[in-house]
Amino acid sequence: MTEVFKNVTCPFCGVVCDDLQVKVENGVITEAKRGCVLGRYTFLKYDGDRATMRIDGKPATLDECIEAAVEILDESTFPLIYGLASTECDAQRKAVELADLIGSTIDTTSSVCHSPTLQAIQHMGDSTCTVGEIKNRSRLLIFWGCNPAESHPRHFSRYSVTPVGRFVPEGRKGRYVVNVDVRKTPSARAADLFIQVPPGKDYEVISTLRALVNGRPVDAAEVAGVKIEILRDLAERMKSVKFGSLFWGMGLTMSRGKHMNVMAMLQLARDLNQYTKFTASPMRGHGNVVGAATVLSYTTGYPFGINLGRGYPQYGPGEFTSVDVLARGEADAALIIAADAVGNFPAAAASHLKKIPTIAIDPKESMTTKTANIVIATAVSGIETGGTVYRMDGIPLPLTKIMDSDYPSDLDVLSRIIAGIRRRRGLTETETLHADAENHQRTSL
Amino acid sequence: MPTLRITNGRVFDPSRKLRGDISDLCIKDGKIVESLPGDAPVLDAKNLIVFPGGVDIHSHIAGPKVNIGRALRPEDHRHDPVPRTKIRRSGTGGSVPSVFATGYRYAEMGYTTVMEAAVPPIGARHAHEELNDTPMFDKGIYTLMGSNEFVLKYIREKRPDKVRDFVSWLLRATRGYAIKLVNPGGVENWKYGQDVTGLDDLVNDFDVTPRQILTTMAWVNEELGLPHTIHLHCNNLGVPGNYSLTLETMKAFEKQRVHLTHMQFHCYGGKSWAGFSTKAAEIAEYINSHPNFTLDVGQIIFGDTTTMTADGPWQYRLHGLNHRKWYNADVELESSCGVVPYVFKENNYVNAMQWAIGLELFLLVRDPWRIYLTTDHPNGGSFIFYPHIIRMLMDREYRQDCLKKVHPRVLRDTALQHLDREYTLEEICIITRSGPARALGLRHKGHLGPGADADVAIYKEDSNREAMFEGPIYVLKGGELVLKDGEIVKHVFGRTLFVDTPEPAELLGEIRDDFEKYYTVQFDNYSLPVEALRSYQPVATRAKARTS
Amino acid sequence: MGKAPSLVLITGRSTAQGKFLHLGKDSEEFQEEVLRVNMNAEDMARRGLEGGAEVRVRSAHGEMKGRCVQADLPEGLVFIPYSVYCNQLIGGDTEGSGMPDSKGLQVEVEEA
Repeated sequence: MTEVFKNVTCPFCGVVCDDLQVKVENGVITEAKRGCVLGRYTFLKYDGDRATMRIDGKPATLDECIEAAVEILDESTFPLIYGLASTECDAQRKAVELADLIGSTIDTTSSVCHSPTLQAIQHMGDSTCTVGEIKNRSRLLIFWGCNPAESHPRHFSRYSVTPVGRFVPEGRKGRYVVNVDVRKTPSARAADLFIQVPPGKDYEVISTLRALVNGRPVDAAEVAGVKIEILRDLAERMKSVKFGSLFWGMGLTMSRGKHMNVMAMLQLARDLNQYTKFTASPMRGHGNVVGAATVLSYTTGYPFGINLGRGYPQYGPGEFTSVDVLARGEADAALIIAADAVGNFPAAAASHLKKIPTIAIDPKESMTTKTANIVIATAVSGIETGGTVYRMDGIPLPLTKIMDSDYPSDLDVLSRIIAGIRRRRGLTETETLHADAENHQRTSL
Repeated sequence: MPTLRITNGRVFDPSRKLRGDISDLCIKDGKIVESLPGDAPVLDAKNLIVFPGGVDIHSHIAGPKVNIGRALRPEDHRHDPVPRTKIRRSGTGGSVPSVFATGYRYAEMGYTTVMEAAVPPIGARHAHEELNDTPMFDKGIYTLMGSNEFVLKYIREKRPDKVRDFVSWLLRATRGYAIKLVNPGGVENWKYGQDVTGLDDLVNDFDVTPRQILTTMAWVNEELGLPHTIHLHCNNLGVPGNYSLTLETMKAFEKQRVHLTHMQFHCYGGKSWAGFSTKAAEIAEYINSHPNFTLDVGQIIFGDTTTMTADGPWQYRLHGLNHRKWYNADVELESSCGVVPYVFKENNYVNAMQWAIGLELFLLVRDPWRIYLTTDHPNGGSFIFYPHIIRMLMDREYRQDCLKKVHPRVLRDTALQHLDREYTLEEICIITRSGPARALGLRHKGHLGPGADADVAIYKEDSNREAMFEGPIYVLKGGELVLKDGEIVKHVFGRTLFVDTPEPAELLGEIRDDFEKYYTVQFDNYSLPVEALRSYQPVATRAKARTS
Repeated sequence: MGKAPSLVLITGRSTAQGKFLHLGKDSEEFQEEVLRVNMNAEDMARRGLEGGAEVRVRSAHGEMKGRCVQADLPEGLVFIPYSVYCNQLIGGDTEGSGMPDSKGLQVEVEEA
């Protein structure tokens, strides 16, 4: 039996392609047409290396795992909920509800990804757009400290470098592409101009560009090893283009200066808007990190690094961000969902996770499931569940449930943990209230 | 289903000319009914004032730009926590409250229906997801269309029928309630950093004019028989001297019905900020003599707020005035969005004038059925200040005291000190519920006659009208008691209202072609299925029989 | 030959890392990719390293073992794809930002 699903949304990276054609033959995904290499692996290998339910390394039932998780979280005084990347928004909403109930810290993988971007935007704002504006209008693309060819493979062909746009009918020929990075990544091959900057020197180069754009005298032959003529030409090109776009990635956020690097970038785009139209967009997203920031913002007012211990949300990068909470040894229990904290965190933070009771909710084995006390294996979000995912530019897209699964969804597991904690705390009335409210009721006029 | 009889209350129901008459209200299955058996449970409202639940016709509470406003400004809400209780979820307040806080704070004023006033179509799924989690009231979204590139293209092709069919499809796809036009044409020009300044300016690349957009969309609205009119944010918002364009805009419509939103921002005289003056009287006079217009005020409130609008060029200008954060996000084929924090200051002449101009409009527009209370939340200020505005409208002495605290030249330069009008309770009932419900075509809202939704707000009479309206004794949503003595006692989510427009079979293929060329999402992933709404209520159109 | 100046580490994504994590982080393919210590030819020569050599990478915070691979990188730069291994080199102090210094870290590479 063969079934073909059209317009399938890929949940893997922030490009969130929604044009995949996925073929299922005799209960096996055999094809993910139009997917990039990362997308194809996401679908074709979704069932590999699945996690198993266990408690302290021994096989356990879902019920036992939930009960044990409830006990850990209910008795913890400083729990941490972290992750929320590879899952859909309803599960993210539930995670916030759980955090609210137990008064935990809640944080997402943005914390170690684009949190400096979010902080920079909180200082400055941003001049940005949806990716369709870039496709339809942008004639100058500057990719700075990011490597879409490997991290966001279809960004170039769908949104930025090669597509034919409404007002860029020439496609690639109508666009000038610049790549700035510390090394020549595969993305440099797509560029008309590659500028190499030494590690940690982005701020200097961006600031020089700002000075040149604003017509300030720059008395130097080169800045951080980049010849001033190159920057002068680029500044002129930026000012004279009708619509231009800046993009940045981890090259700015993970390097010394962090949010300051991004602020310089935002300021450059803001300056350019005095002369022409210019946008600046972060290359966000492994999984649904943008959805996580969206959900956290609308439920708590803050995009990451939140603590609900006082009964209301408090925000604190450096204070309530996961690496800090763990490296300082503050958290006394953790629920890691849809992310691999042990694999992705610095050793000092990861090692604390191994010392405290930890619950890992994940479809697949990871460094975290290896050391967690409780492992709850779940359905793969976006393949074995539906839901919503947010693209790097904040556009929401629907996910398609393609495969049936014996595993519970992240949403189911979180709902059951919430119900268990409520029962333990004698909050039955509230439970009914919320459960009623979840039932879809329809009337017609 | 539960029944309830509210007895002994002084009921206000302007559509039935009840002005505080002692009358029983019978509630069954979430609706007002004629009568109930004698043994039905009773809520004694003796000495209390019974109003229909409040209806906000224009507020920004959910969706992409609202959420940017939250994420952008931790400093705005960290001082205003909303703690969880056994019933309530936690959140934060400030000028852009989180979803739960938004629901509770509206309920705490007796509001039971709130319309989100500007959603880019591609962000409709986002807005509805937030509204799904916004408790305590019924809600809907207005779909932004004033610079939609399909609309512009079909107008250029002189095919209003295609515009009509496209709008029908778009409202359906976004589960929208009304057509929203923001700075029509100007937002398209903003995509290259420009704007329009007059009704006959050309829109880049499409060679159409704001005037064509306005008249076509008003025609489309009537053709589709939508329950609300077009909801119009005029060109040149906030700009000194813009009143003449506002007048010209009104004159562009013959007898077509139009809702003009946040008119306070469109009544300015003068050629520059230095010559800034009020033209509220001129605008009010025109509205008084032209019954096809309704308006909401967009009253400003002094203090720190977060401005947000699809009017990208205006937000850039505002940023140029205060040099604070500036967030802009242009939306492919559809719209734009700007978010800028702003402080309205009593001692700033222009801000004080804006404040006075809003009040002048309230006092000079004679028919309360055509003017509605809004702050354009959070643009003029937060909705939580509605009770304060009500007090200024009902209490001339209080208003004069407030006037003394603002920039002294306002006394000389506006008519405010000479305006003696005081709103009655009935008039407040009209501008905060009955009028907006009527303008929205929500026949089951804004009144307490049989068939109405049992959305009821019960207040204790108090000569301090601010205290009275900021603390209802009881609030019922769909017949359920949700608030008692100022405390939320039941958590309900309300329903999403949208218009049930027909799917234009003929045009679909053509829309799909352009869609696939220029959008970055698949046509088939764009429309929002009703299953994405937690609970909903389609509202029928009065569509004319069509031959096409 | 004097002591070679220390190197600057960049950790980051690679296509193979993103692809093979779907096979599992214990899979041979993933392990092979994330243990690649990518270096410039001169930097390798200065340290007497050949392609494929077992190396030890050390920072102020920890160390990892991997295999040296020659790559088109500027002198002084080391690139290692994200995984639990390279994270042994990263410090836990975020300087109040929440974000560890995952790029631009001083490291030394030597034959293991």
